Amino acid sequence: MAHDTTEKIRSHAEHEFLKKKRSAEMRHQLTSFAIMIFLTLIAFTMVAAGFSTYLIVPIILLLAAVQVVLQLYHFMHLSNKGHGTVAFFMFSGMFVAFITILALVTIVWW
Amino acid sequence: MSSLAQKKGFGAVIWDYLTTVDHKKIAILYLISGGFFFLVGGLEAMMIRIQLMKAGNDFLSAGLYNEIITMHGTTMIFLAAMPLLLAFMNAVMPLQIGARDVAFPFLNSLGFWLFFFGGIFLNLSWFMGGAPDAGWTNYASLALASEGHGIDFYSLGLTISGFGTLIAGINFLVTIINMRAPGMTYMRMPLFTWTTFVASALILLAFPPLTIGLFFMVFDRLFGANFFVVEMGGNTIIWEHLFWIFGHPEVYILVLPAFGIFSEIFAIFSRKRLFGYTALVFATILIGFYGFMVWAHHMFTVGLGPTANAVFALATMIIAVPTGIKIFSWLLTIWGGSISFTVPMVYAVAFIPSFVAGGVTGVMQAMAPLDYQLHDSYFIVAHFHYVIVGGVVLAILAGTHLYWPKMFGTMLSEKLGMITFWFFFIGFHLTFFIQHFLGLLGMPRRVYTFGADQGWDLFNMISSVGALFMAIGVLVMLVNVVLTTVKNVRVGNDPWGDGRTLEWAIPSPPPFYNFAQTPLVRGLDTYWIEKMEGNKEGMVYAEPLGDVHMPNGSIIPLIMSFGMFVAAFGALYFLDDSKPWALAVLIIGLGITFGSMLVRSLKDDLGFHITKEELIEDAKRGGNTDGLK
Ligand code: HEM
Ligand SMILES: [Cu+2]
Repeated sequence: MAHDTTEKIRSHAEHEFLKKKRSAEMRHQLTSFAIMIFLTLIAFTMVAAGFSTYLIVPIILLLAAVQVVLQLYHFMHLSNKGHGTVAFFMFSGMFVAFITILALVTIVWW
Repeated sequence: MSSLAQKKGFGAVIWDYLTTVDHKKIAILYLISGGFFFLVGGLEAMMIRIQLMKAGNDFLSAGLYNEIITMHGTTMIFLAAMPLLLAFMNAVMPLQIGARDVAFPFLNSLGFWLFFFGGIFLNLSWFMGGAPDAGWTNYASLALASEGHGIDFYSLGLTISGFGTLIAGINFLVTIINMRAPGMTYMRMPLFTWTTFVASALILLAFPPLTIGLFFMVFDRLFGANFFVVEMGGNTIIWEHLFWIFGHPEVYILVLPAFGIFSEIFAIFSRKRLFGYTALVFATILIGFYGFMVWAHHMFTVGLGPTANAVFALATMIIAVPTGIKIFSWLLTIWGGSISFTVPMVYAVAFIPSFVAGGVTGVMQAMAPLDYQLHDSYFIVAHFHYVIVGGVVLAILAGTHLYWPKMFGTMLSEKLGMITFWFFFIGFHLTFFIQHFLGLLGMPRRVYTFGADQGWDLFNMISSVGALFMAIGVLVMLVNVVLTTVKNVRVGNDPWGDGRTLEWAIPSPPPFYNFAQTPLVRGLDTYWIEKMEGNKEGMVYAEPLGDVHMPNGSIIPLIMSFGMFVAAFGALYFLDDSKPWALAVLIIGLGITFGSMLVRSLKDDLGFHITKEELIEDAKRGGNTDGLK
């Protein structure tokens, strides 16, 4: 059942539509790639410029979070249709993990 | 390859079960091996109760007693309760959502064999120099000091069987998300499917912390690491946290499917739609979520400080709210229903007061100051047996009666079932009710004997007699199974007469492809709706009759798991100077596992098709071929 393959023949209009959609996607990927490089540059510059670690560490963590989201949405297609459940599970998993680790770290080492 | 073959010899049947990827046969494998471990754990329980029967008894030595309580807890939780619930999930959930199998049949079989070899490995410790003896919680300071290889059997065995459980959980999640029949929206899923879903999500999130903890434990003990060794800068409390971050969700992994089974039973035997279906679903989700926020209530006395204790005490008490919602929904389902007191229904009715008692003591323990008194006393033992036996085990016994006809095509005797019930139920309360008072009188748990001057003699004697009652109940049940199988009176699709969900619309046992045509679901309690509208076939169909694609069986899951089993022995003896061959065994074992993975990835296995003609033929013969090849 899960392995059934059905072959579809696409009409011309469908073909055009897909082509347009793909090029839009490509553009998205390129922009987010550029943004990611830029974020990485910021991180390196900050360290090279020798700011205080108390400033650098939180900012780098923040940048990392942004990177993860970009990565998930633009490269791993989380924004595409039919990924709602996946996204739901990932975010609830992250939420649970976040609270658990936060509580664990505070009670053990604080 | 013809799929609808005829009767074969004994060897062929065995081979069929070793290679099967059919969820219904894997369910039977889980049922048999879970049942076996339940008997082993039960035997250990009887030995504990014999030892504690009278003051100063010397039936067991102190060391042996520690091994037996450890193995009793570990076996019951990981090797009996979980697999027995997985048996029902496998047998019923795909049928309830109108699917032909789970999403990954191969992984389903792999999950079973990993659990099986993990369990065997753990129990081999009895014959190979001593079982683990640091309690099922295996606290690190105790475990690291334990001599011999008992603890290593524990950590390696649970790692292997834990992988199996994790695989099963992921498989069920994907199945429920992707393989529901047309029309089966989330809010039309039967409650057992819902609880399977949430319990699987809990497995997915809760088992990784345990795996990490066990890995650390293995490395500390076998490869010279120091994660939990305080003198070397480690932290022994971290084990407790990791264990309970897993451990509390684990109790809900056990009890949610039990709730699911009882929800089905209440609706079927009250002949009513579940009262507050939506509330039951949301209560299930809420319990699943809160289950992760309360783990430190097992550690109030560790010294986490008043703030942490207060936060976790409050969080724990909140869980009682969704649980209460469920209890009231069940009561209102029975209310005004047309009730028939069959064996499953009797179990379900008995479950309510038993489980509520366990919930109430839970809330008492959640008050941190009071828990300083109760902790590590027999009160705790009474609490968790009320929830686990009064909730989970009663559900397993009820589910066995309820689903036996669907799994095997015969009905267990109601009369013997009632005898089992009364022995078990009375025995259960005799054994554990009195333990609350033993706890309040100061009797500590996990201590192998007590003195005659402590005034605990009578209560312990009563408790031991109760255990005997439970044992008699279980034996009667075994007799029941044997008699039923020997008589072999076959039953039809809906043997209880009041089935509401899709599994009762198809033959018992179902044909190996489950549904010749995928059903169309028109509401909650699909089969009931069709029955009420006078539909003789019990289903409407979502597709015309056509070829059905099925997966091939495979022996690879068994070999893969066997490789892990071999490798575990290598790891176990790795540091022993007298056993230089350990490294070789480790490498050979991993070689077997990775080799069979490689074979699996390189060899295409596209399954086979049952043709339309074969399906029509099969329907004429009653439509319950089991697909032996
Ligand atoms: C109303 C819900 C519940 C509450 C408030 C609750 C609360 C607690 C608390 C506070 C403890 C720790 C006591 C101590 O060690 O000092 C505990 C222990 C325990 N509970 Fe529960 N509980 C609840 C439901 C359950 C359920 C549903 C199960 C299993 C199906 C369960 C199984 C256990 C086990 C196994 C232990 C003992 C673990 C050990 O120390 O070996 N509980 N419970
Ligand atoms: Cu708990």
